[in-house]
Amino acid sequence: MTRTDLRVIGALGARSVKQTFRRPQLLAPIVVFPSILLAIQTAGAGQAVNLPGFPPVNSFLDFMLAGAMIQSTLLAGNSGGIALAVDIEMGFTDRLLAAPISRFGMVLGRLAGTAALSALAGIWFLVIGLIFGVHINEGVPGAIVMMLLVTLSGLAFGGIGAAVALRTGRASVVQGLFPLVFVILFLSSAFFPQDLLTGPAATIAQYNPLSFIVEGIRDPVISSLTWEVFGKAIASLVLVFAIGIALSSMALRRRIRMGG
Amino acid sequence: MGWAQSLDATWALIRRAANEILRVPGAAIPGVLAPTIFFLGLTSVFGALSHLPGFPAPFKDWMIPVSLLQGAGFTGAATGVNLARDIEQGWFDRLLVSPAPRPVILAGLVLSAALRSLIPATFLLAVGFAIGVNWPGLDGLLIALLVVMGFGTVAACWGTMLALRYRSQSAAPLMQAGMLLLVLTTTAYAPLSFLTGWLYTVAKYNPVTQILEAARQGFIGSVTWSDTWPGLLCLAGLLALLSALALRGMRRTAV
Repeated sequence: MTRTDLRVIGALGARSVKQTFRRPQLLAPIVVFPSILLAIQTAGAGQAVNLPGFPPVNSFLDFMLAGAMIQSTLLAGNSGGIALAVDIEMGFTDRLLAAPISRFGMVLGRLAGTAALSALAGIWFLVIGLIFGVHINEGVPGAIVMMLLVTLSGLAFGGIGAAVALRTGRASVVQGLFPLVFVILFLSSAFFPQDLLTGPAATIAQYNPLSFIVEGIRDPVISSLTWEVFGKAIASLVLVFAIGIALSSMALRRRIRMGG
Repeated sequence: MGWAQSLDATWALIRRAANEILRVPGAAIPGVLAPTIFFLGLTSVFGALSHLPGFPAPFKDWMIPVSLLQGAGFTGAATGVNLARDIEQGWFDRLLVSPAPRPVILAGLVLSAALRSLIPATFLLAVGFAIGVNWPGLDGLLIALLVVMGFGTVAACWGTMLALRYRSQSAAPLMQAGMLLLVLTTTAYAPLSFLTGWLYTVAKYNPVTQILEAARQGFIGSVTWSDTWPGLLCLAGLLALLSALALRGMRRTAV
């Protein structure tokens, strides 16, 4: 990767962050919606900590914080996909294709923006959590690990959103993935301990990569950081990222072959 | 305009909304799918809550009325989004210069939402009964459906009010989020005594709590008048308030 490529990725990433802050409809799903759901679920299902088998925590918020962060990064990936599809619909991508820059730098620029937004959302939830009494067992190093995993999650989920945007070129289709985000979340241990899930969700959550990622983010808060949990989270992120990049690459090639 | 003509005009607007469902069936899918996904998802995730001592019913019985109201809320909000689209495209201006009085136009819009809200409700109930939700009895089912239609009308008034205020489809998230918040800040997840912190206070005074309890009673126990009338009263109150505000917005709308 050349210095020019890095400059292109940086410029497109910065554009993507600015674009999100200028359009509240893109920012709201990343920050507002998960914050509201976090507040309601924490107060509404807070007694869950008294269930036999619930891991020892100071409060339900300690447990839920990682779920809110991962929900935010999934929605950031979706929003990034919508913004990329809008760029395709408006012809901005065509202009980039005509410019003397790396084709894949266009996609990586968008993903860099999504990762940056995820990091900002992670900081937002960390601050909210600390204000409302979350205790991070692993202290500052734990918080750094959480932010690292949240940022990488944005990058990984952004790849899936970008692949759908490049394949379809339609914002409405990417927007249609919104309910799917919740399906994936509900079939993981994002909001409740895996052992206490009921029905098919209990089985699927055991194999859902999202469960491993969310447990990697949660571990420093409610217990102690272990290499095993961290390793599984990183491996899951690499898997999701590889799938997203492979699909994006195929979709981009097809788009160029078909004439933009 | 006489009563008969007013009824004809209202019916024509209801038929137009129904035509939309037949011509663009895909548009109704998100409104049906979203509450179903939330119902199945939340039941799987928080189902163990019903093992807490004192929890009054299996969690799926507890949640189904919440999802019914969510479905009605989304459907009602969709009426607002459709109106915003009609405003953007100029169709609503043509409606305003017609001899139909403003209350008739509003009635046509919101009553269509009442009927449309039965679509997600039917789908949800079918899914719910298939996974073992308790049969609420005919009386419980009728009350639940009446509440769903009423809440769909309330949501449509809210959506109409916002559509007339912002005159743009970009207000759609506000229309949907407003209703979602109203439903979730109640005894949606657990009985009042199980709620903690701010949600306990908000749920206690949120009128939708009474509406939800009226719809829920048949699914978790027997139907009683004492559980029904507070819900119907709150529904009537919300309907009166929001329809008055929507009508005010419509009267202020100049062509």
